[in-house]
Formats: sequence, C-alpha cells, structure tokens
Amino acid sequence: MAALTKEETEALIQEVLEIYPEQARKDRAKHLAVNDQSLEKSNKCITSNRKSQPGVMTIRGCAYAGSKGVVWGPIKDMIHISHGPVGCGQYSRAGRRNYYVGTTGVNTFGTMNFTSDFQEKDIVFGGDKKLAKIMHEIEELFPLNKGISIQSECPIGLIGDDIEAVAKKANKEINKPVVPVRCEGFRGVSQSLGHHIANDAIRDWVLENRDGDETFATTPYDVAVIGDYNIGGDAWASRTLLEEMGLRVVAQWSGDGTIAEMEKTPKVKLNLIHCYRSMNYIARHMEEKYKIPWIEYNFFGPTKIAESLRKIAALFDETIQAGAERVIAKYQAEYDAVIAKYKPRLQGKRVMLYVGGLRPRHVIGAYEDLGMEVVGTGYEFGHNDDYDRTIKEMGNATLIYDDVTGYEFEEFVKRIKPDLIGSGIKEKYIFQKMGIPFRQMHSWDYSGPYHGYDGFAIFARDMDMTLNNPCWKQVKVPWKTAESSNVAVAANA
Amino acid sequence: MALRQCAIYGKGGIGKSTTTQNLVSALAELGNSVMIVGCDPKADSTRLILHAKAQTTIMSLAAEAGSVEDLELEDVLKVGYGGIKCVESGGPEPGVGCAGRGVITAINFLEEEGAYDDELDFVFYDVLGDVVCGGFAMPIRENKAQEIYIVCSGEMMAMYAANNIAKGIVKYANSGSVRLAGLICNSRETAREDELISALAAKLGTQMIHFVPRDNVVQRAEIRRMTVIEYEPEAKQAEEYRQLATKIRDNKNFVIPTPITMDELEELMMEFGIIDDVDESIIGVTAAAEATA
Repeated sequence: MAALTKEETEALIQEVLEIYPEQARKDRAKHLAVNDQSLEKSNKCITSNRKSQPGVMTIRGCAYAGSKGVVWGPIKDMIHISHGPVGCGQYSRAGRRNYYVGTTGVNTFGTMNFTSDFQEKDIVFGGDKKLAKIMHEIEELFPLNKGISIQSECPIGLIGDDIEAVAKKANKEINKPVVPVRCEGFRGVSQSLGHHIANDAIRDWVLENRDGDETFATTPYDVAVIGDYNIGGDAWASRTLLEEMGLRVVAQWSGDGTIAEMEKTPKVKLNLIHCYRSMNYIARHMEEKYKIPWIEYNFFGPTKIAESLRKIAALFDETIQAGAERVIAKYQAEYDAVIAKYKPRLQGKRVMLYVGGLRPRHVIGAYEDLGMEVVGTGYEFGHNDDYDRTIKEMGNATLIYDDVTGYEFEEFVKRIKPDLIGSGIKEKYIFQKMGIPFRQMHSWDYSGPYHGYDGFAIFARDMDMTLNNPCWKQVKVPWKTAESSNVAVAANA
Repeated sequence: MALRQCAIYGKGGIGKSTTTQNLVSALAELGNSVMIVGCDPKADSTRLILHAKAQTTIMSLAAEAGSVEDLELEDVLKVGYGGIKCVESGGPEPGVGCAGRGVITAINFLEEEGAYDDELDFVFYDVLGDVVCGGFAMPIRENKAQEIYIVCSGEMMAMYAANNIAKGIVKYANSGSVRLAGLICNSRETAREDELISALAAKLGTQMIHFVPRDNVVQRAEIRRMTVIEYEPEAKQAEEYRQLATKIRDNKNFVIPTPITMDELEELMMEFGIIDDVDESIIGVTAAAEATA
C-alpha cells in the first residue's frame, strides 16, 4: 500500500477522533499529529506528558514502575524493597529482562522480589517498624548486599510513613547506603515521574558518597553508560564497542550495574546517554555539579552506531577517533553481510511503533538500514523534548501519536495496514489476532540484545522471522475484500 | 424490633462519648439490648460502661495476633453496665498510620463475626470528632448507621461542625438509607441556646431532639468511670438522659438534611448575637494600624 499523503493522514486522524465525546475529542486531538520535518519544535503540533483520559485503555505505567522497574531495579548488588502490599513487586518481578552477571541470592538480587507485604495492621499502625526490621533481616540473610533501596508503593504516601527516618537510622546501623524513594504509584501521569523521582534519589543519597575521595585512579578516557538497562544483554553489546575504541567504561546505569559504579560516576570525563527520557535528569545534575558533559547516542543499526561512535570520539583525542574508525571498519563485513541477507526480504516493509523511553525514535535507523520504513510512532510517557528529537527521524506525513489509546491504535493500524507492529505485551495478541506480524519492543520478545553490531544481527533476524513467518499466510484477514482474496487464490493457483 | 444503627457525630470535645454512654445506659435501663462501637483511636467510648481506663481495641489485638482474621469476637467484645456490649475499633497513635482504615477494618470484622445479632435493639457508633477522611465516614456508608445524631452546643464552632456533618450526610443519603435524626444540644450555657439550636435544626430540616442541661454530676460520675444513670440514678440529670433515650427510641423524624451556606449560618448567629455584624472596614487591619488611624 502506498504511503498516505499529508492530507490523507490528517483526514485519518479526524476520522478516528470522530467517535469520541466532544471533551475527549478536544483532548485527544492535541496528542495526534502528522509529522512535518520542517518544524523545529514539537509543541507546534503535539501535546505530551498529560493525564490520560479515563476509560481509554492507556498503555502507561505508574511512578513505582518507573523507579523500581526501570531505574533502580537493575542495580544488581542492592536489594530493592517493594514497600507496601505484595502485588506491585510480585507481578512485575523479573519482567524486564535486565541481564546481569552474578549469583542470584548471594551477591546479586535482580530477579528476586523483596517486599514488606503490607497487611491491614501495617496500614492502620504504619509500616515504619516493619521496614526497620526488614533491613536487619536482609542484612542477616543476604550479608553480601551492597545497599538497600525502599521503593514506595501507593499506601506509603497515603498513610504518611516516615521512610526517610527509617533509612537514615538503618544506614548508620548497617553501614551501607539505604535509599528511600518516594515513587508512590499515584504520583504524576505515568512512569515518567517515577524516573525523575528515582534520579533525584540517586542524586540525594548516592552520588555524593565519594565526593572528596580521590583513591579511584581515573584516566582521560573514562565514560559512563547511562540509560542502558541491558535488556537481553544490550549494554554488553554496547560496552564492547566503546572499549574497543579505547574508552574505559567506569559505570553502567543501570543494567548489570552496581552501586559502586554509580558512586564513581562523578569521576568520569563524559556521560553517554542512551535512554534520554529516564536518565537525562541525573546527567544534567552531574553536568551542573561536577561539570561532566553528556551526549546522547544511538546504538541501533550500523548507520546510527557509526554516527554515534564518531560523535563520541570527536569529544576525545585522535587515538579515540582512530579507534572509532577502526571499530566501524572491523565490523563492516559483519553488518554488510546482515544487510545483504535480510534487506532483500524486508525491503519496503512498513512498521508502526508504540513504545516508551528512547525506542520510538532510536530504532527507526535500524529499520531503515534494512530498507524498512517507520510510518507511525509514539511514546507512552514521552515529553515534548522527546518529540522534538523525533520529528527529524520520521518521514514527512507519517503519523505521530502520544499516549495512544487502545481504540486509536487499532483504528490507525486498520487504515495504515503496516507490515509489522512493534509495541508491548498488552498490544501483542490483539494485533496478532488481526493477522499482523508483531514484535514486543519492550522486552525484545524474549530475544536480544538489539544494541550494537552484535545486536543488529539479532534484530534483523528477529524482524525477518516474524514478518516472513509462513503462519501469516494461513490467517484469514477480515478486512481483505473478496476481490483481493480472489486475486490471492488466483496467484496461488 | 429490627436493629437500629445510630451514629453520633459532632465537634471534638463537645461531649459525644459522655452523652452516648449516658444515653445508652438509659436505653438499657428501659430494657433495650445495646452495643457501643467506639470509632476513635483514643478508645474512650466505653470506659464509663466498663469502669475501665480504656478498653483493649480490635486493632491493637489484631496487631498482636498478626491479623484481624486471627481474632474471635469474644476477644474484643466486653459486656458492661446494663448488659451493654462494648467494642473499641482502636488505631494508631497520632501522627502514624491510618486511623480511618482501622475503623473500616474493625466494623468489617464485627459484621463478619456476627456481632450484629438478632437480640440487639440498638448499635451506637461513637465517631472521632473530625471526619478527616473516608474511614471516619464508614459508619454512615454502606448502609451501616441509618440514623445520625449530631451533638452540638450554642458555640460558633460547634454549629459550623454540625452544618459540615450535615453536608457529609447529604452525600451518602442520596445513595443510601442514612438519614439525619436530630441535634442533641449538650448545653454550654450560652444565651438562648435552646432557641438557637432549634432554629439551626429547623434550617437543617431536622429537630433538636433534646436539650441536655449542664450539670456537675456528670463530671462527678465520670471521675468514678460511671455514667450518671449508674452513679446517681435519682439525679435530675439522669432523668434528662432518660428523656433523651425515650425520644430517640420513639423517634420517627429521619430526613435528608438541608445544610445551609456559610452566609446563612453567620446570619443565624448574628440574629442570636453569637457574632457581630461583619464590619468590612476592619478586616485585615492590625491593632497598631487601628491605633494610629
């Protein structure tokens, strides 16, 4: 199907909005836009980071999800207490596939669920005493932990527990960092505020721990990788490239990360930001307080990887610049072979995305390297600075949708008829039942890594095996007319 | 007779617990089977009936036992003067936890354990003065208490509180069977107090069900952790509580209240000389500024 013109896309948005009651229509209209690359600022065309309308089946998470699930959870050598009733921690346990090295339950704790398991009496009498007791139980049972974070669930904010006081006291008693995080789920409009709260907690309770301590021997090539959660091993596939070009990766935030790495980050020369949305706050803070510059980079697909490696190298001396060229050249045969194998099978295929964080814009280049086109994209919890960065990545007249509703997403898909959709688990089965190939782009559908040159090979293979899977030919698609299916029958005959 | 569930609300310190316990004693004396449910973390709603300092509460026992499911009814229910059954919901010390949730948990427990048996004629909920959150509205939600009595006096803040409680009742009355059943005037001996409260009651669409005069015998009895009914049954004040009990027993006047605006309330108070006509020219002017003017 040919791409929609600007007018057709505008008409499509209007048509989809038609069904809403007036107030909802007015609100949702602000979140849907036709891309126009000539715009400098996205606020001319789209509104974001606003409260979702009730009843629309938003795909967003909560502040607790942003702090515990995204930012803090992957710090592998700390124990993160889901403070409150048991469900929040248990239903999100190990779901994000943040890989790590270590012996779980001994010196790392990533896939375990620690919770204060609130009961009625904890709500009525407050949970501070129980929390204090848990700290000591943790110390006794898991002595190799390097610290504890307290991830507040909703009731903590409602009953006004003083978790900061408990944390300070426990910190003195066990002599390890104990970090209270006020990420109650009801705060803010999405998980985005949870990222910010989690960043602030790192700033207030972790980052200063080694100020004035010069025992860590630094080099001119020290960097920190910030906003890579090592989903399916992403951070490993990224780190190796940086190291091969001559940089020293001092810290990984937060996939396969440790609290010691976080504490050492103020000593680095440059912060490299992959997921801008969830970690820009701490990068800005380090820039202001420690004068550490930061840049964004993109390690999806060879074009963006090469661009990013050169951009990073430009901030260092010639050895690093030569190193970047060496790395790009070293892997060229490998990624050329990937493109040669998969591009003919994927050329011209059209993709719609709806994800969070950095992916709605960062994966576009990887699809383009395979000859594919992203014709619609949107953020669950993006802000306008995310959309500013998206306008240039997307083609003119493509569709942009913020905090898309279940209804809108389905209607857009019915009309645009993409060849592939990349979104989350809640969307997966709806679209598969509609006969459309689907990849989960939160967890890489239990695959990965997708970052780096190693990741690109897996990304290309996964897209091909999903899109060109013979099963789709067996699905009868309801919207195909009798005429077009006759054509198909004739072609098969 | 079907069980009647009544809740007593009113400004903090107005005398809800004392009035409730005396009233309930009088009802028991008249041959009724009554239960008091204290809905206040202070747990002082049953002390005059039990001659106790403070009854052990549902929530404190639950905290000790592990959870409320581990309790039996006989652990929490005590019987005092006149066969009156006594329960205290309990809750945290000031400044921690969620006392409102304690009330909800306690009342649910009583229901599940069958405390509301067929023998009972009346249940009285004695609720914390300030209805600060949904938990303290529990007795008037979900069709628990159907009759609300507001204890008040001729003082300004007591009347403000009464009007605010009436607003809360309207909210739940429209979706359930809760009704305002009357104002109990617990006299502070302000001028024309009975007329004023009768006028306020009329504006709220209800009645002043009884005017309870001030009498030192109440304090004397209270020091002995007793109600007047028990301490000095022949006292005049005991008779007043008996009248109140009889009126409540025979009460049929249950209404959805018609709370009034602040302006209307202030007008009423001005009429009775509780407050002066507001002179707009003095608002926000300090004493020093007045002196130099």
